Parts: sequence; C-alpha cells; structure tokens
Amino acid sequence: MIDGNPAFVRGELLPAREPPAGEKGLLKLCRENFFRDWLSALLTVASLIAVLLIVHSLSPWLFNAVWNARSLNECREILNGAEGACFAVIRDRWAQLLFGFYPPTQYWRPVLAFGLMLAALAPILFPSVPRRFLLFSTVFPGLGYWLIWGGSLWLPLTAYIGLAVGGIAMRLTARLGGGIAAGLAFISALTWWLVASGPVTTALAQLLPLALATVTSREMGGFLLSIVIGVTGISLSLPLGIVLALGRRSTMPLVMMLSVVFIEFIRGVPLITLLFTASLLLNSFLPPGTNFDLILRVIIMVTLFATAYMAEVIRGGLAALPQGQHEAAEALGLDYWKAQRLVIMPQALKISIPGIVNSFIGLFKDTTLVVFIGLLDPIALSNSIRATTDWQGIYWELFIFIGGLFFLLCFGMSRYSMHLERRLKTDHR
Amino acid sequence: MEPGIDNETGRSRAGVSEEIAIRIEAMNKWYGSYHALRDINLSVKSGERIVVAGPSGSGKSTMIRCINRLEEHQSGRIFVDGIELSSDLKNIDKVRSEVGMVFQHFNLFPHLTILENCTLAPIWVRQTPRNEAIQTAMHFLEKVKIPEQAHKYPGQLSGGQQQRVAIARSLCMKPKIMLFDEPTSALDPEMIKEVLDTMVELAEEGMTMLCVTHEMAFAQAVANRVIFMDQGQIVEENNPHDFFNNPQSGRTRLFLSQILRH
Ligand SMILES: Nc1ncnc2c1ncn2[C@@H]1O[C@H](COP(=O)(O)OP(=O)(O)OP(=O)(O)O)[C@@H](O)[C@H]1O
Ligand SMILES: [Mg+2]
Repeated sequence: MIDGNPAFVRGELLPAREPPAGEKGLLKLCRENFFRDWLSALLTVASLIAVLLIVHSLSPWLFNAVWNARSLNECREILNGAEGACFAVIRDRWAQLLFGFYPPTQYWRPVLAFGLMLAALAPILFPSVPRRFLLFSTVFPGLGYWLIWGGSLWLPLTAYIGLAVGGIAMRLTARLGGGIAAGLAFISALTWWLVASGPVTTALAQLLPLALATVTSREMGGFLLSIVIGVTGISLSLPLGIVLALGRRSTMPLVMMLSVVFIEFIRGVPLITLLFTASLLLNSFLPPGTNFDLILRVIIMVTLFATAYMAEVIRGGLAALPQGQHEAAEALGLDYWKAQRLVIMPQALKISIPGIVNSFIGLFKDTTLVVFIGLLDPIALSNSIRATTDWQGIYWELFIFIGGLFFLLCFGMSRYSMHLERRLKTDHR
Repeated sequence: MEPGIDNETGRSRAGVSEEIAIRIEAMNKWYGSYHALRDINLSVKSGERIVVAGPSGSGKSTMIRCINRLEEHQSGRIFVDGIELSSDLKNIDKVRSEVGMVFQHFNLFPHLTILENCTLAPIWVRQTPRNEAIQTAMHFLEKVKIPEQAHKYPGQLSGGQQQRVAIARSLCMKPKIMLFDEPTSALDPEMIKEVLDTMVELAEEGMTMLCVTHEMAFAQAVANRVIFMDQGQIVEENNPHDFFNNPQSGRTRLFLSQILRH
C-alpha cells in the first residue's frame, strides 16, 4: 500500500445469492427452535410427552361430554359410569351466567347495549373509522346506562345537559384563565345536576313519558355485571389516571401532595377493603334517605383503585420521556396543557401501553371480588347454580365456561395492545 | 469610512438595525446556592448575530435558556422584543412564540412526522389554518433542503437531517430571534457542515441569532460579536476579528489556545 499498489482491489461487485439448502424453510425452523443442541432437544421431547399425557388424560372427559341433560344425575345416567364432562349445565344455565337475574324478557337490552358498546369503541380503538363516529362514542355512556337500568330516558338526557351547561360556562368564562373557567364550569354543571335536573326530568317525563321498565341492581349479575363494572372502571381510570399522574409531577406543592396522598392511600389498601367500604360505610356518610345504588358505589371504588395504579403506570411513561421533549414543546410556545396533550401524553401513553393494558386486565378480573359483598358476579352465580338440587356437585364445567369467557375478553385486550404498539411504532430503532 | 461597513472587521452590517431585540440587565441566576449567572448585561440589536463561547459549565446554555424562559432568572431584567420576562405566563408564551430555539439533541417529536413536527406549533399556537401551515412548512423544509423527507419520522433521518428539520420547525413559527445551543456538537463531522451551511444562510437573510457554539470558523464567518463566558459571567465581548487575533483576557487566551489546538 505504501508504494501506491493496493493489496487488493475488487474488480466486479458480487451479486446476491440464494442461501444454501437447509438454511431456510421448515427444516431450519425446527432445527433452530427445537433441536439447537442436546439440552433443547431433550426439553422438546419432554414437553411433547407432557402435552401428549395431558391431552390423553383429558380427552375422554372432553369427548364424552354430555350437552343435553336437565341435571347432573341425568348426565351420569347418560354417561353410564364412563368419564365425561357435563356441559349440559352451560346449556341449561348460560343465560343466568351472562345476565344474572335480569328479567329474561328484557335480555335484548343488555345485548343491544353490548353491541352498541362495540360500535362506540370502534372509532376510539381504530383510527380508520371516520372521526364523526366519535360523536356516538360520547353519547353511548348515557344510552348504555339507560338501556341496562331502564327508567326514564330524560334522566341521562338531563345529565348530558349538565355537561353542556358546564361547557357553555367554560366558553363564556374562558377569558378569566383556564383554572378559573374550569372551576366555574364544574360548579355550574354540579348546580344543574343537583338542583335543576331532578325537576326538569320529572316535568319532561310528564310531558312525554319515554321510559323502559326499570331493572334494579339487585337483579343484575353474571358477565353483565363484570362488564358493566369493568368497562366503566377502565374507561374512567385512564383519564383520571392521566390527571393524577400529571398532578403527582406538578410543580404546585398542594396539587402534588394531594395526588401523592391519594395514590399512596389507595394503593396501600386491598381492593376488598375498599369494596366493603363501598357496601357498608359509604351509606353512612351520605344523608339519610338517599339510596345510593350498590353497583354505582362499587364502580366508584373500583375506579378509584384502578386510577391510583393507572397514575403510577403513566407516571412511569412520563418519567421515561427525555426532558428535551418538554423543553422543545415549551420553546415552540405551546402552553402546559397543549404540550401535554400534543407532545408529552401521546409518547408517555405509548410507552405505558403494556402497563396500562396490564392494569385493565387486572381490573377486569378483579371485578369477581364483588362476590364478597353479595353481588352476583359469574363466580357467585356458579355457587348458586351449584346450590340447586339439579346441579349439585358440578364444578369444572362452570369454571371452564367462566374462565373461557374471561380469557377471551382479556386475550382480546392483550392482542389489541400488541396491535397498538406495532401501529404506534415510529422510532425505527 | 464607508457607511454600513463595520469599522473594525469590514463586515457588512446590513440588516443590523438600531432596534433592540434582546436586552438583559444585571441578570443573576442561582441553582440552589450555586451562582450560575452573575450580573449578565447584554443587548442584542435586531439582525445581529452573536456567538457565545466559553468552557464547559460556564453558563452559556443557562444564559440563552433564560431568554425564552426555559430557565427562570432570580434578579435583574430581561426584555425580548420589548416584552419583559416575568412570572406573567401570557408574556412568556408571547416571547416563546417569537423566539425559536434549536437544541443540541434536536428534540424533534418522535411520534410525529417531519411535516407534523413543523406544523404543530403554527396550528396550535398561531392558529394558522392547516393548509397554510403545511405550505409554510414545505417552504422551510425546502429551504433546509429536505422536502422529500416530509412524511418520514424523525427516527428515520440522519442526525444532520434531524437538526435541519429542527431549524425548519423553529422557522415555521416565523420567529424574530433564533437561539442555538450547540447545534452541531452532537453531530458527526460530515454532518456539521450541512447544518452550518443552513445557519449561514439564515444569518445572511438577516435573522437575529444567538449561537452557543465551538465552531470558531462559523463565528469568524458570520458573527457580529463574540461573547466569551467563564464562571457564569461575561468575560470578554468583541468583534470576531479582534476576539480571535487579539484576545484581551488571560482566560480567553487560554480557552482559544485550547480549542484551536484541536
Ligand atoms: N438544572 C441545574 N441544576 C443545578 N445546576 C445546574 C443546572 N443546570 C446547569 N447547572 C450548572 O450551572 C452551570 C452552567 O451550566 P450550563 O449548562 O449553562 O453550562 P454550559 O456553559 O452550557 O456548558 P456546556 O458547554 O457543557 O454545555 C454548570 O456548573 C452546571 O453544573
Ligand atoms: Mg450547554
């Protein structure tokens, strides 16, 4: 090289070639994943044997399953001593597992509400759905509530008017600054709900009685109950958690302290104690005579509980963002709320997706804890089904059904979160 | 003496008006008990290009970050475009929308495309209609010579390209003043030039600029004044010619001998 003669010069660039045989396809897949070395080969064989053993011992139970019978005894007669599951109980009692003691003639209402909920979720979950459908998503909570509990349609409508009143108050007082306007909006909405909405509802109901038969909370149960509590808790805990996480990072000492106290208190207490508080104590705080719906109380407690966890998950995401993102947003002139909404939160939430979905799934499964305060969640119903003479002594079939449904819903959330993470992946690292 | 020509450097002073863009009076800043900025006095005219140099930890970043209130000063006064920076949030937002800032680590928003990065502030702060914001953004992306990357994400661009996007993003707000905090120190040598070229072009158009940089060639080429800081104070302030050829203080000479040796 020193005398100017390079040691090597490639005259022609090499073209790309196919990989050698055995470096692609099924063969390679098997070798790399199952038989990489002796240990992995051994583990592969051992797991195969374990899987076969499990399938072998379960298959007669599953394949002999009886689907048509009116009681466990009838199942046993049909099986005639052979081993087999008695899924007839599901066929007999599925409606009860899904709806509790909801009046059978009204089953269409929760079913319709569930369908509408999926429609309301679509524009939130998938950006390809036109944005104007978000309007329906905002209407759905009132509509769903009305469909499930029944009563006068004017009740949810006047509740929405309260929101509108708050919104208008905010518009009108916007000049006074964000904090004051928000406070005034809150006060005027609250005034509407506490003072005006009652008489207005009654008056409107007299003019035009639009009502569905009322179903009491006592009659609700099964997956209907789990989904009502779970979905409300999930959809409230995310926004509240965001606010609380921001509060905990606030530079205002009072806001920060209140957030920390709330989070630490709620996290430090088992959910079951909060639920007992909901069922026993909360009523003694309220003025006598008010009948505060038990499901509503449970929803409040579950939401508070989930909010505290959510706040910490989101705070983790916020902490992971470099300080430079805040600075760049500020330097461009974005105010605090715009910076949070447009720059900080989209990134912090994206980082927190696994944690957020983790909390969602945890919350949804925790709804079964309401069995301890006398609400009829699916587990409670399985107990009461087992208490009937027909189905005395049946365990696995019910648990498999309940577990299967929970799995389906939780797995759905998990898959969606994976999809979301892939869709939002823009860092290309 | 020709009018419009700086008597000492011979550099054109066209574009430098008598209007004051930034005025800092006896400004002090502490981090806890650490006195980070000590009695800073500085006045920058509209259209002036100022380079701030100094050893690490001397308070260069802190000073220019006080100008758009990323850092709060504890005493003294700062006026930007006639607006005093106080705890009044309205004034702060007003100043920030008039002052662009380019950071050492670009700080692009990774979840937004290049175009969205550039249109975000005009749409949400200036209430510019979306189409107009897009047009402006494309104009400035062309100016920094990367219009074809508009629909990519920051993570897909090289460091030099990202920094040019960051400059374009600031320019989209049509700022009166641009602050640069070591815009090239996180870049590989071959990318430094493309960013400096953009900055030189900006300087030639008469933008008021305050640059913290160690690129002394850039200082010599475009600066009207060089400010040398050490231990939180302004130690020397001079036109680039005299600053480099005839430094007055011992600290400046030491600093120059250190960076010019590289
Ligand atoms: N947030 C902070 N808290 C406490 N001290 C700080 C903070 N930011 C900066 N300092 C201190 O203030 C001094 C000036 O820092 P500054 O970042 O302005 O220096 P600089 O001149 O920009 O240095 P460099 O060339 O390394 O960027 C340093 O001693 C630094 O340690
Ligand atoms: Mg610095």
